[in-house]
Amino acid sequence: MDIKEIMKPENQVKAKSKLLTDVPMHYCPGCSHGVVHKLIAEVIEEMGIQENTVAVSPVGCAVFAYNYIDIDWHEAAHGRAPAVATGIKRLQPDKFVFTYQGDGDLAAIGTAETIHACNRGENFTIIFINNGIYGMTGGQMAPTTLEGMKTSTSPQGRDVSMAGFPLKIADMVAPLDGMRYVTRQSVHTPTAVRKAKKAIRKAFENQKDNKGGSLVEIVSTCNAGWKMTPAKANEWLVDNMFPAYPIGDLKNV
Amino acid sequence: MAKVKGAVEVNTEMCKGCNLCVVACPTGVLSLNKNVNVKGYNFSYMENPEACIGCSSCADVCPDACITVYRVKL
Ligand SMILES: Cc1ncc(C[n+]2csc(CCOP(=O)(O)OP(=O)(O)O)c2C)c(N)n1
Repeated sequence: MDIKEIMKPENQVKAKSKLLTDVPMHYCPGCSHGVVHKLIAEVIEEMGIQENTVAVSPVGCAVFAYNYIDIDWHEAAHGRAPAVATGIKRLQPDKFVFTYQGDGDLAAIGTAETIHACNRGENFTIIFINNGIYGMTGGQMAPTTLEGMKTSTSPQGRDVSMAGFPLKIADMVAPLDGMRYVTRQSVHTPTAVRKAKKAIRKAFENQKDNKGGSLVEIVSTCNAGWKMTPAKANEWLVDNMFPAYPIGDLKNV
Repeated sequence: MAKVKGAVEVNTEMCKGCNLCVVACPTGVLSLNKNVNVKGYNFSYMENPEACIGCSSCADVCPDACITVYRVKL
């Protein structure tokens, strides 16, 4: 069968979501941010909530996320996305609201906002991209950096006697009564990507019945910051990130 | 099992040549081109188009959503 015969509109099984704009993403080749953006766009498109979704973008590599997904966005100061999202959701409870945050944003400068929004059970979704590093500013150590992991500010590897231990935000917020759904996913293989998409869908669906917050952590790669090829970074993720940040649901009530 | 035949179309100008689709493809269809796009990236292309089963694995892992997948049942 000729390729041209196969490439007909009626045979199309997968294409770029209509919610993704034609602006080329500024992310490095192979960055997990792009994959997660794509999943969010697909979920919003499938739920038909494009006109009813408000997102809050962080400070970090995803600061320009508003250029890529065609929904309403609000930019927040570094780490303050959950506070901004709280305001939006309380004023417009019928909207689907989510924050999109890196670990430097959510688990360092914004830890207080994160924990308190979760504890209050704010009815929005937090998408948490955990790549164990400050990607945007040049690969500095984050609270989530693994023990012994080399970064630009821990060239000998993270020394836990000085810098403390990797902060496990999902484990911290899961016991909070305000939280309804806390899960850890990844996007390093096709299967993982499909599971992550289901988790994001569930976290969005949860907003319909106003029963508390949902947090989806995506254990991600930052191949440029880790100084590896994208494929190698995926292997490193499995060997090093997963033992510290195991994949699966932490809470689902 | 019904036989299927697939094909993928890569938006070569959006592709950043990250190679993740090449690694994800279960049948070894994709490869990075010797030629580069406007930005200088070796974009992904179907090197062995006959092997494609239209499983969408490449499109799933693509960070830049530049792969469109087609599939027909034979
Ligand atoms: C108030 C304030 N402090 C510090 C910075 C510098 N800064 C910009 S991005 C960033 C960290 C981002 O890391 P992360 O949230 O992990 O996102 P990534 O870039 O890895 O996606 C920092 C510290 C800032 N912009 N504003």
